[in-house]
Amino acid sequence: MSTNHQVLLEVDGLRKYFPIQKGFLRRTVAHIKAVDNVSLQIQRGEVLGVVGESGCGKTTLGRCLVRVYEPTGGQAILHTGSQDLTLDDLNGEQMRLFRRSVQMIFQDPFASLNPRMNVLETVGEPLRVNGIAKGRELEERVSQMIQQVGLRVEHLRRYPHSFSGGQRQRIGIARALVVQPKLVIADEPVSALDVSIQAQILNLLKDLQERQELTYLFVSHNMAVIRYISDRIAVMYAGKLVELGPKQMLLSRPKHPYTELLLAAVPRTIDRHQRTITAGEPPDLARLPSGCVFRTRCKYAQARCTEEEPQLQELESGHFVSCHFAADLSLGGVVPRVHSFAA
Amino acid sequence: MQTTHNLLVDVQDLKVQFSLHEGTVHALQGVSFQIQQGKTLGVIGESGSGKSVTAQAILGIIPSPPGKVVGGRVLLNLPTTPTSTRVVNVTELKPNGAELRSIRGKEISMIFQEPMTSFSPVHTLGDQIMEAVRIHYPDVSKQEARQRAIEMMRRVGIPRPEERIDAYPFQFSGGMRQRAMIAMALVCHPRLVIADEPTTALDVTIEAQILDLLRDLQSEFGMSIMYISHDLTVVGSVADEVMVMYLGLVMEHAATDELFTHPLHPYTEALWRSIPTIDGDLDRLTPIRGALPSPFAVHPGCPFFSRCEKRIVGVCDTARPPMVEARPQHWVRCFLYTEQGNPPQ
Repeated sequence: MSTNHQVLLEVDGLRKYFPIQKGFLRRTVAHIKAVDNVSLQIQRGEVLGVVGESGCGKTTLGRCLVRVYEPTGGQAILHTGSQDLTLDDLNGEQMRLFRRSVQMIFQDPFASLNPRMNVLETVGEPLRVNGIAKGRELEERVSQMIQQVGLRVEHLRRYPHSFSGGQRQRIGIARALVVQPKLVIADEPVSALDVSIQAQILNLLKDLQERQELTYLFVSHNMAVIRYISDRIAVMYAGKLVELGPKQMLLSRPKHPYTELLLAAVPRTIDRHQRTITAGEPPDLARLPSGCVFRTRCKYAQARCTEEEPQLQELESGHFVSCHFAADLSLGGVVPRVHSFAA
Repeated sequence: MQTTHNLLVDVQDLKVQFSLHEGTVHALQGVSFQIQQGKTLGVIGESGSGKSVTAQAILGIIPSPPGKVVGGRVLLNLPTTPTSTRVVNVTELKPNGAELRSIRGKEISMIFQEPMTSFSPVHTLGDQIMEAVRIHYPDVSKQEARQRAIEMMRRVGIPRPEERIDAYPFQFSGGMRQRAMIAMALVCHPRLVIADEPTTALDVTIEAQILDLLRDLQSEFGMSIMYISHDLTVVGSVADEVMVMYLGLVMEHAATDELFTHPLHPYTEALWRSIPTIDGDLDRLTPIRGALPSPFAVHPGCPFFSRCEKRIVGVCDTARPPMVEARPQHWVRCFLYTEQGNPPQ
């Protein structure tokens, strides 16, 4: 993976292990490898969707990248334009720049807002703590921001309880974007919302991304949402990146058996009665199989998969897969069709 | 809406209110539908649509106070012998009376969304599955009940049920716990299973397995299913007919294929245009404007009026639209399909 000016974030061999402690002395007996050796690049202005089942490490990856978690190993470099920030080696000044450049949007709009802070305080706080603005200017910037996310100036003095779930998520988005970040990590930002509200927030995120030339790392378990919002898709399984590629390529011609399984499980709107066989369960991260982590659920597994762990390789331009047999398998994807109403 | 000899559940003009400090919530404002034997009725709705309250009303478990059935009937047709049936009106039964308790768990059972909080954490799964058998069949010995529980656990795909029957809920994964819940719901061979968002908390691959399992069990045991979800695509993959609810009213009701290919109600259409799908076209989503109205709000007209793209001011906000059969066996609650909406030129 080579560096060029198009790359905003470069992640190289990122690992995050959580210790499993046992007994009176809390000795560490093993590790949960929540994120294990993940390497990827995020291009400036793109939306990279990260998808996978619960426990696949997609949330942990996002949290490592905003430095909520200290990575166990590996490296991530943010190319801000003015300077390159290496995640595990930041001095005070660089840390402030980093915090401004990378912001997060959370899943639960009820838990992620302080009930004792009104909109002005909530959205203004990042400006204040980063020393970007204060007083009249701060209020000016906050009111501009909340109008961009579809709220009104008279909302400034209101508290979270007086807003609906969708409006709260708008407040969370305004708080993330008010410092004009380069990279936004969105962790399941629409999963807690009612279906009729999801589209409003997805469209808002898309519009803001285009208007402010933002870059998103968009984490979701929902393949349909990922399909709508992403330019490229990364599929994670048991802490590992198993497939990464441009959206259309990955959806229509997946190369990893897990991606095929994941796509097969999503209910179709057109061939609704198609039956899918999606054997197996998400893995127990404390007891992963030898070799390929997916082999116990994989219907194409062979002897080699037990012995040797596959490495991520570029199968065709921009399409990365970690499967020994990626080049030989012919896997089924999703063929999009126009859904038309006879009305 | 169909022939009645296979009728299992007949809900007629059901009205439920919740009296709270802040005001009265009209959770169900006259809901009518039927469930046929061996069929699956899908219920689609967002929060506040009344979909879960409908399920509670059928089971007679509306929390009271604050909830109260203020009108309508929930009729169950329970066959007593092969030729005769007994009709029971659930809303007239005492909530914890012997008769209702003999129906709950035996004739009608429920699968909940969150399998972790729906099981007792201090009893083994086996005990909890056996409990249903022991209550409803007092003649069955403990050994026999255990055997039935093991058989049902095997049937829902729990490996090594002879051992797992003595496990506690926390020892099961989310998917296995949901299978155990299905085993508990089915062990008495109920006529109706109400599944309230049974796969919402599960991963998509496990969801597909559970949906498959429900379909298989239905063809084997012939029970009816009322499948409640906010997810149109999931409901579409399991239901024979679908009912769309919004703020305590049924807005549209038709066979699944009919409803998916010819959505008539502006709300159903708008929902379709607003959800991302895996295989539809990738044009921009069209959100439904506005937000869900406050649950305390009283709507003299159509509850969807404030958000509707096709509303007729002066018609839709003055009276509640009637339920009309706009296409054969396709019912919709909207003035667009009545004379008021299409005045003679």
